[in-house]
Amino acid sequence: MTATITSPVVPASPRAARRVRFPTSALGLVPFAAYVLLFLGLPTVIALVTGFLDGDGGFTLSNLIALGNPVVLNAFGNSLWLSALTAVIGALLGALFCYALIGAKPTGVLRSVVDAASGVLAQFGGVMLAFAFVATIGIQGMITVFLRDSLGIDIFANGVWLYDTPGLILPYIYFQVPLMIITFSPALESLKPQWAEANAMLGGSTLSYWRHVGVPVLLPSFFGCLLLLFANAFSSFATAAALTSQGSQIVPLQIRGALTSETVLGQENLAGSLALGMIVVMIVVMSIYSVLMRRAARWQR
Amino acid sequence: MSRLMEDVHPGPSRRARWIIVGVIGLLFLVPIAAMIEFTLRKGLGGGYDFSRWAAVFGGGLGNEYKPIFTGLGNSLLLAVVTVVVMLVLLVPTMVLVRIRFPKLQRVLEFVCLIPITIPAIVLVVGLAPVYSVIARMFGSGVWTLAFAYGVIVLPYAFRSIQTNLVAVDVVTLSEAARSLGAGWLTILFRVVVPNIRRGLLAASFISVAVVLGEFTIAALLNRVNLQTALVVVNKADPFVAVIFALLALVFAFVLLIAIGRIGGTPSGGGRRGRRGRRPLPTPSEKAVA
Repeated sequence: MTATITSPVVPASPRAARRVRFPTSALGLVPFAAYVLLFLGLPTVIALVTGFLDGDGGFTLSNLIALGNPVVLNAFGNSLWLSALTAVIGALLGALFCYALIGAKPTGVLRSVVDAASGVLAQFGGVMLAFAFVATIGIQGMITVFLRDSLGIDIFANGVWLYDTPGLILPYIYFQVPLMIITFSPALESLKPQWAEANAMLGGSTLSYWRHVGVPVLLPSFFGCLLLLFANAFSSFATAAALTSQGSQIVPLQIRGALTSETVLGQENLAGSLALGMIVVMIVVMSIYSVLMRRAARWQR
Repeated sequence: MSRLMEDVHPGPSRRARWIIVGVIGLLFLVPIAAMIEFTLRKGLGGGYDFSRWAAVFGGGLGNEYKPIFTGLGNSLLLAVVTVVVMLVLLVPTMVLVRIRFPKLQRVLEFVCLIPITIPAIVLVVGLAPVYSVIARMFGSGVWTLAFAYGVIVLPYAFRSIQTNLVAVDVVTLSEAARSLGAGWLTILFRVVVPNIRRGLLAASFISVAVVLGEFTIAALLNRVNLQTALVVVNKADPFVAVIFALLALVFAFVLLIAIGRIGGTPSGGGRRGRRGRRPLPTPSEKAVA
C-alpha cells in the first residue's frame, strides 16, 4: 500500500538520495529498540534463564524437576481450570452482550458507557475487585447477609470458600465479560449488512442468517477471544493476591511465594522455572490465538 | 438502503436488547452497589450514615491513612513519567517505521504486543535483578518504575496510536511536507503530531488508567503505589480503602468516557474515521483491532 502511494509522488532521484540517508534515520529506531531490549527482552530472558540456574549460578535442571512437585502441579492445575472455566463463562456472557449491542447506535450513550465501563472493569480490576467481592459475598457481605437473613440461605454453610480458589471464580468472571465485550465487538461489526440483505433476498430467516452466515464467520473470532480471556485469567495476579489470605493456590501466587521467601533452601530459582512454565502455556495459547485471528481476518476485508 | 438494512437486521429486537443489557448490567452493578453499601455502614449497631465519606473529604483522616496519600502521589507521578516515556520513545519510532521502514511494521507490532503474552508476574521475576542495578544507578526513587510501566502500556498505547496513524495517512502527508522542503523534525512535530493528537491523547489516557490500576510489579518490587497502599490500609480500615477504590474506579471511568469522546481507540471514534476516510484497512491494523 505504501509503495502505491509513494511511487507516483517521488521521482527516482530523491529515492536514490534517500537510500544514502538510510543509516541516519535508522538511528532513530535505536532508543526504542534499546528500551525494549532492556525492560522487556532482558527481564524475560533473566526470568527464563534463572529457572536453569542453581544458587551459585551453575547450570541445573533441579528447578525444572521441582515443577513436578505435587504442590506446584496442583497450582498449575488450579490455574488452568480456573482460567478455562472463567474464560468459557466470560466468553459466552460477553458474546451475548455483544449480540445485544448489534444495531445500537455506534455513537450513542449506551455504546460509549458500555465501552468505558468495560475498559475500566477489564483493566482496572485487580485489588478493587477483591474489595468489591468481599463487600458482596464476604462473610458480612451485602448479598451474603441478604440471603442469610431474608431467605435463610447460608452460602458459606460448607465453610468459607471466598478466600480459596473457588472464591476467585466470580471476581474473574467479573473482569472476563468486559474483556470479551472489548475484544469481540469489533468482530461483530465486521458482519456486513450486505450479507444480511443477500440472506433476506434469498428468502432466509434471521435464524438461517445466523446458522449459515453469522456463526460460521464469527466462530474463529469467538475462539480467539476465548483464548485471550484464558490468557488474561491465567496471568492475573492482583485479585488473587488481595483476596486469598493464605496459601498459594494458583501459579502467580506460587511465584510470589518463591520470590519473597528466600529461606527455602534449594528453591532459590524456583520462581524462574515457574515463570518458564507460565510462559510455555502463554506461548501455546497465544500462538493458537494468532492462527485463529488470521482465519477470522479473512472475512473482514 | 438504510431502510432495507433495518428490515433485514440480524440483531435482537429492541426489547430483547434491553432485557439482555439490563440483566447483565444489573448483575455487574451488584458488587459496586455492595461496595457503596459497605462504606455507609455505621459499625456493629447497624444503620447507615455518611460519616466515613465526610471524613475522607473533610480531611479528617489521621496518620494511619498516610500510605494512601503517598501511594496516590506516587501513582500520579508514575502516570506522568510513564506517559512521557511512552510519548518520547514509542511515538517517533512508530512514525519513523510507518514512513520510512514499512517493512518493519510487523516486527514493531509484534514487539508491542509481546507484553500481553508475558504476564506481569513473569516480567517481575526478571525485573527484580534489573531494578537492583537501576537502584544503584538512579537510586530507589519510585519514578524508576515508570520504565517497567512503559512496557506494560505498550500494547494499549500502540493500538490507540496505530489506529490514528493509519487513518490520517501520514505517509502522503510526510511526502507532501518533504517535497516542500521540511526536515524530519519538522515533519514529526509540525505535520504528524498535530494530525495524530487524538491518538496520542487516547494513548496517554489509557496509559494513565493502566498505571493507576497497576499492582503486581509495584507489590513485588516493594514500591508503594495507589494499589499496594490500598491493600495495606485495607487491613487496618477496610471502609476507607473501599472508598478510595470507588473513587479511583469513578476516575478511571471518567477517563475512559473521555477517550471515547476524543476517539482514537478502536472501540471509539477511531472506527468512524477509519470508515469515513480510508478505503482499505491494512492487514496489520486488523490484527491489532
